[in-house]
Amino acid sequence: MDIKALGSKDWGANVAEIATAEPTRRDFLFIATGAVGAVGVAAVAWPFINQMNPDAQTIAAGAPVEVDLSPIAEGQIVKLFWRGKLIFVRHRTKKEIEEAEKVDVASLPDPQPDSARVKDGHAQWLVVYGNCTHLGCVPLGNQGAYDGWLCPCHGSVFDTSGRIRQGPAPTNLPIPPYAFLNDSKIRIG
Amino acid sequence: MKKTTLLIAGALAATLAAFAPAHASGTEKPPRVSWSFAGPFGTFDRAQLQRGFKVYREVCSSCHAMSRVAFRNLAEPGGPGFSEAQIKALAAEYKIKDGPNDQGEMFERPGRPADRFPAPFPNENAARAANGGAYPPDFSVLAKARTYERGFPWFLFDIVTQYQEQGPDYIHALLTGYADPPQGFPLQPGQSYNKYMAGNAIAMPKPLSDGQVEYPKGPDGKPAAPETVDQYAKDVTAFMMWAAEPHLEARKAMGFKVILFLIVFAGLLYFTKKKIWARVHDEAHA
Amino acid sequence: MSGHSTYVPKSPVMKWFESRLPLFGLIHSSFVAYPTPRNLNYLWTFGGILSFMLVAQIVTGIVLVMHYTPHATMAFSSVEHIMRDVNYGWLLRYLHANGASMFFIAVYIHMFRGMYYGSYKAPREVLWILGVIIFLLMMATAFMGYVLPWGQMSFWGATVITNLFSALPIVGEPIVTWLWGGYSVDNPTLNRFFSLHYLLPFMIAGVVALHVWALHVVGQNNPTGVDIKNPAKDAVPFTPYATVKDAFGLVCFLVVFAWFVFYVPNYLGHADNYTEANPAVTPAHIVPEWYFLPFYAILRAIPNKLMGVIAMFSSIAVLVFLPWLDTSKVRSAVYRPLFKQFFWVFVAVCVGLGYLGAMPPEGGYVIAARVLTAYYFIHFLVILPLLGLFETPRPVPASIADAVLAKHGGGAAAAVAMGAASAPSKK
Repeated sequence: MDIKALGSKDWGANVAEIATAEPTRRDFLFIATGAVGAVGVAAVAWPFINQMNPDAQTIAAGAPVEVDLSPIAEGQIVKLFWRGKLIFVRHRTKKEIEEAEKVDVASLPDPQPDSARVKDGHAQWLVVYGNCTHLGCVPLGNQGAYDGWLCPCHGSVFDTSGRIRQGPAPTNLPIPPYAFLNDSKIRIG
Repeated sequence: MKKTTLLIAGALAATLAAFAPAHASGTEKPPRVSWSFAGPFGTFDRAQLQRGFKVYREVCSSCHAMSRVAFRNLAEPGGPGFSEAQIKALAAEYKIKDGPNDQGEMFERPGRPADRFPAPFPNENAARAANGGAYPPDFSVLAKARTYERGFPWFLFDIVTQYQEQGPDYIHALLTGYADPPQGFPLQPGQSYNKYMAGNAIAMPKPLSDGQVEYPKGPDGKPAAPETVDQYAKDVTAFMMWAAEPHLEARKAMGFKVILFLIVFAGLLYFTKKKIWARVHDEAHA
Repeated sequence: MSGHSTYVPKSPVMKWFESRLPLFGLIHSSFVAYPTPRNLNYLWTFGGILSFMLVAQIVTGIVLVMHYTPHATMAFSSVEHIMRDVNYGWLLRYLHANGASMFFIAVYIHMFRGMYYGSYKAPREVLWILGVIIFLLMMATAFMGYVLPWGQMSFWGATVITNLFSALPIVGEPIVTWLWGGYSVDNPTLNRFFSLHYLLPFMIAGVVALHVWALHVVGQNNPTGVDIKNPAKDAVPFTPYATVKDAFGLVCFLVVFAWFVFYVPNYLGHADNYTEANPAVTPAHIVPEWYFLPFYAILRAIPNKLMGVIAMFSSIAVLVFLPWLDTSKVRSAVYRPLFKQFFWVFVAVCVGLGYLGAMPPEGGYVIAARVLTAYYFIHFLVILPLLGLFETPRPVPASIADAVLAKHGGGAAAAVAMGAASAPSKK
């Protein structure tokens, strides 16, 4: 038997005929079946999508961490991690605090006074996320024109308050949620 | 034709059965326990899981680890239903090894909900050394790692009856199966006789006795559940089953919805198929 | 996948594309206009079900790999991590683990259907052999997949099956060492099995494409075993007729699948595999997954190590020669009264071997396994060749349409069909 010969019949026409004949009840059945099938496919898709979200262990591991500030010397920047994200804890010198406070806030790309970036009475401690707000590289400490940070990837310059001063980064280094438990101890998260 | 086939199949089954050697072993089949988590709508009994956890904590945990279960799991849906505050307080009662710190040393700190249950022994060798060479198995998945032979034809019926509790039944039986050995039964020093253990000699001494664990009191001042070996065994086994399958409730609940959906969908497809094929069949009759 | 498509692109964009790559024409001619015998029963929906299962296994597998760690010290924990912590991880793993069993249930039904209706006979020999290759690849994939959770059965299954190769004289030991990447089953073994377990399904997909291609060249067999003669009378277009029927068959199959996944997810597995691999302790009963049990029974039935291995591999290899071992001119068992009975005996023997594969290798079980193993080979090597020579087949209908009419239209049409069908269908 030559299967090729079968191709000569236009099956497509038959299909169209079936779909159009006896419209209402049949159409409703087809639409209902198709709709239920679509709902099924969508419902099945969700577990496959959601499995890529953080799992229960990852979420639980993101509990707050406590940091002892006493070993951090003046002028020193310490790196630590919370939820896998890099955080800078900077013990600022008097000079660095002054530099950060005397800036004309209105002239900044992302205007924010230094007082809004530190906790009251703890101006010597700056706690910021350690990834550049441009594309996530780690800026180098105590570098750049403002003695803050300089990002080696694309040249963003941050000041001693972690604010963006020059370069492509759109915003200041964000502040993680934290609180002082006492003068030498903070809890991040 | 069908008859011949049936005859052949019957003859074959009979032959197979005739060949089956009798199992000469004194191990008894565990009795069936009525578990709240069995069947298509099974759910855990929260109070039972909480009691079971208490039994595990006060009795079993001195030898048996449960290192895949975290304190946070105790507050998760489908589990024993402890509150967040309860598990925080509970976790803090444990000392967890952490580190190294900035000096490069390991240190101990109070537990957090994210920590897993600390193990009684640092490793298997230490566990064996402390238990006369026997290794007390980790409880995390033990309820799924234990079973007993169902045999023909029961193993086929289990698909339909959804009997999946061979593990819990075995564990409950084992915990309640301690007895005096029959006359002349050879037991090594340190071994006990157990009706359900393979070979009947078990290295674990009888772990539970009546009144050993204090259960929470009900409003009438009496314990919420009997403080007996049988009840302890049931409760700790239920707790172990939850630990082995923490999403059991979610699984069964979702299964009901999925199967209902599939049956409705199959019905719709059946009628769609009939409509579409009607044309061909009409033609055949024409 | 053959012949000229009747697909006519409507929009200018589609015309432009189609004249450069006639993809939609190919899809149209393969899965829309393709002439399907009108008398296919529900056993023919298993081809579609198998395609679905292959895709389902690949998709759930890819997703599981996102959370799995192929390392001897971490594999078991990572699987437990999936079961406990990953969002819907328990669902994905149970789908994948039970999916493998469902895949084999479907493939066995598909294979026995092919044997019953003589779907391996000319001109479908290549189609059948491609199917045997898919079956072999499936077995390899399933075996290596079962090793990945690194439980006791994983470890000891890997040990026992790789040790099969040590039966070979001289080269046996070096081959086993080479397979292991060491002197025992260990982390290197796990890593390579993981790599191959990921690779083989895509090879299966490739061979499936050839299988479907071959199917579309020679056309589908059908319960009568008679080829399509007049497509207008004997066939219906694949879409919507076969597609909607396949869809219905698939959803019914999914009900069974869902039953296992949600209600008895560990029924088809082994309790021992929830104990982490321990090279110092072998479980009391080493048994493979249920779908390997008949072959395992054949392996154990033979007391000689090398001969046992040869017998086991031969039991699969013999399938390749089935198109030539069956000498009957008639395809379908419907018209072969003797073959039909021997077919069901063969099915019972396969089930019996499966049962024996799960029993301990002692006493009467061994004798029974030997008897059934002998029968397994006798079926292929003696019964099938002789049956074709001595069996008198019933008259075969002249065409599919005649057979359908005989069934639906009653006696008159049937008489016509019988009269026209004195000679067995032969092109």
